[in-house]
Formats: sequence, structure tokens, C-alpha cells
Amino acid sequence: MATTLTARLDREWETPHNLFGVLATVDHKTIGKRYLVTAFVFLILGGLEAAAMRAQLSGADKRLLSPEAYNQLFSIHGVTMIFLYASPILSGFANYIWPLLIGSRDMAFPRLNALSFWIFLLSGLFIYSSVLVGQVPDRGWFAYAPLTESQYAPGLNMDFYALGLTFLGLSTTVGAINFIVTFFKLRAPGMSLNRVPIMMWGTLTASVSIVFAMPSLTVACILLWFDRRLGMHFFEASAGGHPMLWQHLFWIFGHPWVYIVVLPAMGIVSDALPVFCRRPLVGYTFVALATIATGILGFGVWVHHMFATGLPSVAMTFFGAASMVITIPSAVAVLAWIATIWYGRIVAKTAFLFMAGFVVLFVIGGVSGVMTAAVPYDWQLTDSYFIVAHLHYVLVGINVFAVMAGFYYWMPKMTGRLLNERLGKWNFWVMFLGFNLGFFPMHIAGLLGMPRRIYTYPSGLGWSTVNLISSIGAYVFAVGVLLFIINALWSIRRGAIAGPNPWDAGTLEWSTPSPPPAYNFAVIPTVRSRHPLWEDRLPPEGGGRSSFSDGLTIPEGRETVETSALDAEPRAVLQMPEDSLWPLILASGLTALFYGLLIVGPVLAGIGLAVTVVAIIGWLWPSERELLQLEEARP
Amino acid sequence: MTAVPAQERDLHPSPAPLPVGGRESRSPGRWGMIWVVATEASFFAYLLFSYFYLASMARGAWPPDGVPELKLSLPNTVILLLSSGTMWWAESSIRKGRAAALRIGLVVTFVLGCVFLTIQGIEYSHKHFTPQTDAYGSLFYTITGFHGAHVAVGLLMIAVVAVRAFLGHFDRGRHLAVSNVALYWHFVDAVWLAVFTTLYLTPR
Ligand code: HEM
Ligand SMILES: [Cu+2]
Repeated sequence: MATTLTARLDREWETPHNLFGVLATVDHKTIGKRYLVTAFVFLILGGLEAAAMRAQLSGADKRLLSPEAYNQLFSIHGVTMIFLYASPILSGFANYIWPLLIGSRDMAFPRLNALSFWIFLLSGLFIYSSVLVGQVPDRGWFAYAPLTESQYAPGLNMDFYALGLTFLGLSTTVGAINFIVTFFKLRAPGMSLNRVPIMMWGTLTASVSIVFAMPSLTVACILLWFDRRLGMHFFEASAGGHPMLWQHLFWIFGHPWVYIVVLPAMGIVSDALPVFCRRPLVGYTFVALATIATGILGFGVWVHHMFATGLPSVAMTFFGAASMVITIPSAVAVLAWIATIWYGRIVAKTAFLFMAGFVVLFVIGGVSGVMTAAVPYDWQLTDSYFIVAHLHYVLVGINVFAVMAGFYYWMPKMTGRLLNERLGKWNFWVMFLGFNLGFFPMHIAGLLGMPRRIYTYPSGLGWSTVNLISSIGAYVFAVGVLLFIINALWSIRRGAIAGPNPWDAGTLEWSTPSPPPAYNFAVIPTVRSRHPLWEDRLPPEGGGRSSFSDGLTIPEGRETVETSALDAEPRAVLQMPEDSLWPLILASGLTALFYGLLIVGPVLAGIGLAVTVVAIIGWLWPSERELLQLEEARP
Repeated sequence: MTAVPAQERDLHPSPAPLPVGGRESRSPGRWGMIWVVATEASFFAYLLFSYFYLASMARGAWPPDGVPELKLSLPNTVILLLSSGTMWWAESSIRKGRAAALRIGLVVTFVLGCVFLTIQGIEYSHKHFTPQTDAYGSLFYTITGFHGAHVAVGLLMIAVVAVRAFLGHFDRGRHLAVSNVALYWHFVDAVWLAVFTTLYLTPR
């Protein structure tokens, strides 16, 4: 009896449908979906926190929330949105889409991928367990010292912050390394660097930034915890430390982080927008280079967050100028999108609307950003609601709107069903109008002198009307998000069948069935252009035609192809790991370790450490298959 | 599976057989380790940045109670460098297929690493200040402590690889684990040179 190829691949790659499979799977598609759902739940939690704040601020002298509760709310809202939503949601898309986009059967390190998800989930729960003991982080998302030192913040609040972010940083870092290696080693034969989709450039740049920037936050958080619980003095001026050390470490991380949460999102738009304009992206090379340039420049501008701290003015001039320069690559990207729309034939699906809205918000957020990069303006506006408006235009505009576009664009690939377009249009317009109604007036509130992070304000300052409008807008925005949730839940079951390529798009992921089989590609494709599925209608790029039927099938065990870093010449067959419980065990060990540190309990911490060490050894120990191959190789 | 791909057909051998595993020096596993080292190196760079920042902001003498002595730390530096040499020897031996030399090299490196940590401990016990004394004390113990922790992790990795070496897991073509542990160990030594220069030499 002849075994067909797909049946055989299925047997190798399919994760068992039982509890073991749930806990041990290393399939990038499952992990990607878990990332997306978890990060989206955090978006909802952060949104509920915001809703509480907007209720409190909707009128003067309201007493819905105590000042302490308000402090906790804006802090956990910022932490949630920045760390638990904005970056992980992009990792979710990248995890799901990347291997499909590059014609591979999985990421370079599937078990590391599982580990990165488990740590994300458990560190998120760790931070949120602060709610159970009523000691939520309450010193803002950037937690300036010395307010965070134990004299001024005695509870566990800031320990949850310092330890939680250190813990989460592990997930971000291993995830980033996985993306980098996947980018350079697993692209399908023929997918040379000039054929890589922009979304991958964006995620790659973000990942490299993470590798170099994340440790700065980790160091800051560890030093903070040492100060707080081990009696050290890093941020304590009276014993030779310095509170400004925190600010430097935090913003060395913090500014690159802004690009980390926007570059992959910009990449999503650069890849998806052309599909709805029925033409390739205008200026591919410029956009790719601009992406990389932004990532590099992002490391040179951290001081612009500290203009108001009394630094030497030469330093401020330099960093102010650098902050102006960094707008140039962003402008390149904006021009490329506008040109793509301009020269394209628009198909105004919901995904397109979200991307058009994204471009509009990008421009508004960019203008207010340039204003604050000018040092004198910054002195005027820092710590006012102008900043709150600016940061939401940037983060919601560039991240949330791109993410929504990503959902409308790729969910059909993930679920096999299209989202509803009618509801989708409502979804977009309610969100877009609600957002502008909610956040544009905050610019005005800021110019009227309203400081950020105040839990209430007296009447008679002229702030009441703008704040009421802001609050109404925020609730309208929330309704928009709710419409999306309804649409998603409805479409998963009832949506129209998508088929492999519902948008008639040009990149590799659309050559697979929707949803793709566990092994993604039965035959590893060979790529000869930037748009392998559009070769019949685009002028040839000179390399011949891409192929989906003649290529490697490598069905013996879980295997995929390793290619060279630049030209993607096939180099070797890579053996991929089986499903494994070690990632979960390792992440659980770390959880115990961090709870042990939280309560300063050596026993719990020791147990956690021991489990972690055992898990690492078990993980790295060669599998039976490898040992067998060793036996065979022996003379 | 919902849809049957067009390529459904009987199994046939791959068109151009590729080597399974391929060259280890270019493999994803190797790349992964290089990036782990990159992020760890940044971690130490930020620790040393903190040192220089607080040093530049210090109002009194720096270090507050005199420059740290070289009596123990200099020989200790030599020991760690030596261990890099033995590690290098171990790795290049297995590249040539000499499994016995690999085992010896790993064991010697392990012992030298343990000696380093012991001397470090002795130096700690001679210190007149603690991490709680002042910011300098916090920096000194945090920086050397994190380095020491990395040495300990390196030792654990060497131990595991040594056990595998005795089980005969490595040969001329398959020794990625050895190469990665070696890379990590050289990195830990390089960090020590940076730490040593910062803490012991720059204040002189
Ligand atoms: C759902 C719509 C949202 C609303 C209504 C909202 C509302 C708010 C409000 C009222 C504040 C507090 C301002 C203050 O008192 O200073 C705030 C702060 C903040 N928001 Fe949002 N927000 C929303 C979405 C987001 C998203 C999606 C992100 C990031 C991706 C985000 C990131 C932040 C950050 C970083 C802060 C600063 C926290 C701090 O001061 O430490 N927000 N937001
Ligand atoms: Cu910035």
C-alpha cells in the first residue's frame, strides 16, 4: 500500500489531541494563536482599567476612585498595554505567520517558542496576581526612583513590577533570538534577502533591538529589587547611589521599545496594504532600509525623555536633533504607503480601512511627536495630557489599528473562515471615530494645562468639557472593540469559507490551505520573486518562476530545510524537535523562583531554581532519535 | 485536514539529497548561542555602565575605602584565562576526533572554574564592606556576583557536556554542544576581563 506524502507528514507533525498535546505542543501555529488570544485578553483588561479611569475623569471632583486606586490603575494599565499587549500581540502574528511566509515547517527553535509563550503567560499572571493581594504596581509604567524605593513604597506593589518585568523579559528575549535565527536560517530556497516581506524586516529589527535593549530594563529592575529587598543603594543618593541611574537605564530600553512595538506593526501594513491596492509596495528597498535605520537610531535618542531633568544643554541639543532625524525613516514609510494607495486600485475591505486609519493616526502622532522632540516645547508639555494624547496616537494608532488590520487580513488563514465585512466596517468606523473623539481633546486638555496622572480636578479650570468628550470617546472606542470580538466569535463558526487565498495575495502563506496543515508545506517551495503568487501578472524579476510542486519533501520525521543567510541556498536538512513538556516545566520552575523572590522565601526560590536546572538539563539531553543516529554513525 | 493540497502524490525521494544536520558551525543552534551571548554581553555592559555612572556622580572618594587589591584577583584572572585555554584545547581536540583529549580538557576546565569561584569566595570574606554598606559595595558585589553566577552556570554546562563526553556522545562531526559550551565559557572569561579592568584597574 502506498503511503501518500501528506498522510505521512501528518503523522509526523500532528500534535496528539489530548492533554499531553495541549501542554507539550511546539507547533508555531498553536503557539501563535495562544499568543494572540492571551495578548488580546490583556488588551481587554487594560481597556477595562482605562474605562474605570475615564469614568473617574469624566467630570470635575468625582469620587469614584480613591487617589491610591487611580495610581494603581494608570500604572497597571500602562504596564499591561506596553508589556503584556503591544509586543506579545505582534509576536503572536509573527509566530503564526513567519514560517508560512518563508516556506518553512516551523520556527528555528520550536521548543524555545513554546517556552517563550509559557513564560509570557505565567509572568503575566504573576504581575496580575498583585490584584489578588491588593498590592498592584502604583508608580507609573516607568516607575521612577526614588519613589519606588522601599522607604516610599513599602508594599509588594513594586516588587511585582520589578520581578514581573524581569520574568517577562526572559520570554521576550528568547522569542527575539528565535525570530533572528529563523530569519537567517530557515527561509525557503531562493528567498534571498531582497525578497523578504517587510513584516519580517520589521520583526527582525525589533528582535535585534530587544536583544540589546531588554537587558537594560532587566538590570534596572534587578537593581531596584536589590535596593528594595536586599538593602542595597543603587538609586539612593544618601548612600552614594543616584535616582537618575534608573531613568537612564529605563529609557535606554524604553525608546527602542517604542520601535519594538511599532516596527512589526508597520511591517504588517507594508505587506497587507499592497494586497488591497492590487500592486506591490512602492519603494520596497527604501522601506526595508528605513525600518532597519529606525531600529538603529532608536538607541540614540533615549535622553529625549529626560529633557526636563536638568541635563547639560549640549546633550539636550544632540538628543533633540537625533530625535528629529529619526522621523525621516518614518516619513519614508508613510510616503511609501501613500504612494501605494495613490497608484493602486483600492479594494476597500475592512482590513484596508484599518490600514488607511493607521496611516492617518501615524501622521497625527508623528506631528505631536516632533513637537515634543523640540526641547523648549517638551518643557512646556512634559507630564501634561498632551503627552497622554501623543502616546496614545502613537501606540493605538500604529499598534492597535495595524493589529486589527492584521486580524482581518490573516484570521481567515488561521480559522479558514472570513470575518464579516458589514460588521467589520462598523467595527472600523466606531473604533476610528471613538478613538479620535477620545484622544484628540486630550491635546487640548494638555495645552490648557491639565497634568497627567491626576485622579481628579476641580471645576472652573475649563477642563470639564474636554474630559467629558474624552470619556465618551473612550466608551465609543470600547464598543468598537466589542464589535470586533463579536465578529471574531461569530465568524469562527459561521463565517464564509475563505479558501487558500481569499484576498488574491502574493506571498507564500496564501499558497497553503486555510487553516494550514500541521507541517505547513508538503513540498518546500522554491522562491524566485518577492510575490511568488503574483508572478503571472507582474513583470518577471529575472530569476525564473517560483515552484510549489518540485522541491524537497523530506518526510522522514520532523524535518525542514536550512538555507544560507543571504541568498537562501539550501544547505542542510534540519531535524526539528518533538513535542515536549520541558518548556512548561522550565517556565513553572521559574514561576516558583520568582514567587520565592517575591516573598523573599529561600525555600520556594530554591525549589524553583532546582526545577529550572533539571528542566534545562532534561531539555538539552539528546533525544532517543539523536542517540540512535549516534549509534548508527559509530564505526 | 480540510483541504487536500495539489501536491498530493505518492512518496518519492527528495530531488537533491541534502546532508542531515549540515555544518555545525553554521547551524541554527550555533547562531542561537551567538545571540544568547550578545544579549548577555549587553546585560554586563549595562551593569558596568551603572558602575561608571555612579562613579562619575560620586561626591567623595571613589572607591570609598580604597582601590581593591590585586593580590588574589590577579592570580584568579590568570586561572580563568588558563581555563579558556584548556577549553579551547578540548574543543579543537574533538574537531580532530580525539575523544579522550576532549574528556581531559573538560575536566581540567571544570576544576579551574571551581578554583576561580573558591578564590572569589575567599576574596569576599576578606572584604571590609558588604553590599549594604554603600552604593560602591552594592555595585562591587552585584557585578562580581552576577559574573560568578555566570561562571556557575558555565560549570554546570561543562559538567553536563563532560558526562556526555564520557558516554561517547561526540565525534568529529557532531559536537555542537561542546562548541556552544566553549563559546559560552570564553564569553564568561571575556566578561571577567571587562569586570576586572573596571573594578580593579580603572580606579588606580
Ligand atoms: C482603550 C483605549 C484606551 C484608553 C481609554 C486609555 C486611557 C488612558 C488613560 C485615562 C490614561 C491615564 C492618563 C493619566 O492619568 O495620566 C492612560 C495612560 C496610559 N496608556 Fe492608555 N488608554 C487606552 C489604550 C491604551 C493602549 C492600547 C496603550 C498601549 C498600547 C496605552 C498605553 C498607555 C500608557 C503607556 C499610559 C501611561 C501610564 C502611566 O502614566 O504610567 N493605552 N491611558
Ligand atoms: Cu522616546
